[in-house]
Amino acid sequence: MKVEVIGFGQLADIFKTGSIKIEGIQSTDGLLSELKCRYPGLANARFTIAVDRQLVNGNTALKDGSVVALLPPFSGG
Amino acid sequence: MSTENRFDKYQRQVILKELGEAGQQKLFASKVLVVGAGGLGCPVLQYLTAAGVGNIGIVDDDTVAIHNLHRQPLYGPADVGSAKAVVAAVVLKKQNPDVAIQVYNERLTTENAERIINAFDIIVDGTDNFATRYLVNDACILLGKPLVFGAVLQFEGQVAVFDAKNHGASYRDLFPEPPKDDEVPNCADAGVIGVLPGIIGTMMACETVKWIAGIGKPLTGRMLTFNALENRFYTFNITPHSAGRERVPSNLENFRKTDYAWLCASVVTVPEIAVEEFEKLLNTDNLDIIDVREVGELPEVSAFKHRHRPLKQLAGLEPLHGKDTVVVFCQSGNRSRQAVTQLISSWGNDNKIFSLKGGIQAWVKHQSALKQ
Repeated sequence: MKVEVIGFGQLADIFKTGSIKIEGIQSTDGLLSELKCRYPGLANARFTIAVDRQLVNGNTALKDGSVVALLPPFSGG
Repeated sequence: MSTENRFDKYQRQVILKELGEAGQQKLFASKVLVVGAGGLGCPVLQYLTAAGVGNIGIVDDDTVAIHNLHRQPLYGPADVGSAKAVVAAVVLKKQNPDVAIQVYNERLTTENAERIINAFDIIVDGTDNFATRYLVNDACILLGKPLVFGAVLQFEGQVAVFDAKNHGASYRDLFPEPPKDDEVPNCADAGVIGVLPGIIGTMMACETVKWIAGIGKPLTGRMLTFNALENRFYTFNITPHSAGRERVPSNLENFRKTDYAWLCASVVTVPEIAVEEFEKLLNTDNLDIIDVREVGELPEVSAFKHRHRPLKQLAGLEPLHGKDTVVVFCQSGNRSRQAVTQLISSWGNDNKIFSLKGGIQAWVKHQSALKQ
């Protein structure tokens, strides 16, 4: 099972790329701990999560091919 | 002016079957409040004025600065130092004399929000800080006003419509608690490409026109993001978040008691020094000044001796012998606060370490005020 992760805003800087593919992940909590291992900078970052274009609150099951977006808040105007 | 002439100016949009005279009539009769006349506010104001919105309110207590001009095309170099809301109103009035413009040359606060917001049908948020964004968000929920949200940073922007009476999604569903000042970079520190607020601001103006005329599918309950470097649009649906909804003040009385600036203030108390005090310190010889901005950030500082070490590479920096007072600066005072926290934890409390309040921008402003 493979999922795609898209980092927006400053998170793209942390990932060094706009999108990454990760295998063997079942849920958003599992994904987050894996990402925090690979990218320590993520620990201090603030973001909300959308799975397949729907905002999710709390741990959410992922499907093969799910696209997970990590979206930081912007305040600039 | 006769009714026929009244529509002439807008003929190219009135012939759209979706809008028609009925839609244009709704625009004539509408009242829109634009909070913030900066990068997002400028295009919003210009296009709503051009579209024939009957009544436009502008809230902004800021003055035009030279570094605003690359993304705020309502202003020119001659306006530097003048009140944005006042200058904008003069330009817009020339652009379309049919539009009534209400100037609020003040900051939106929990005290004046009810009075100002209640006078309008729909609110557009073009502010540049989380404290005001959460204040506007909560006020619109409590007063039942739709809110067109937009925000930008570097090459990326976000747009959404929060309609308390329809779907009910708000910014609190995305981020229940306001981020702290030093948790998220702002445009002063991280930069913004000039044309980006133009793109996001015109999308906000479009959402506003659609909402007023009741046409199309507004971004109600959804958020759209745009990445200018990749030309990538991404839209997602907002899910109600109970933790966010619980944090909206339960009524206007509680709203008035809420200190939004405090909610966004950093949790860590960082010793700060004001530019006036810093000026006095410059004459002492036990002072170590550190610039934590990235290489190449402007203005270059030559007026006083300093070390340069970007925030990301701060780890491992050693204190200078005999320099027990340390002042750290960046562009606006955000990154320097983080740097001070880091330096205190690695150097301990033997040195007096301060963050320059308001950053080098505040110092430059102070210098030019002294010259005048």
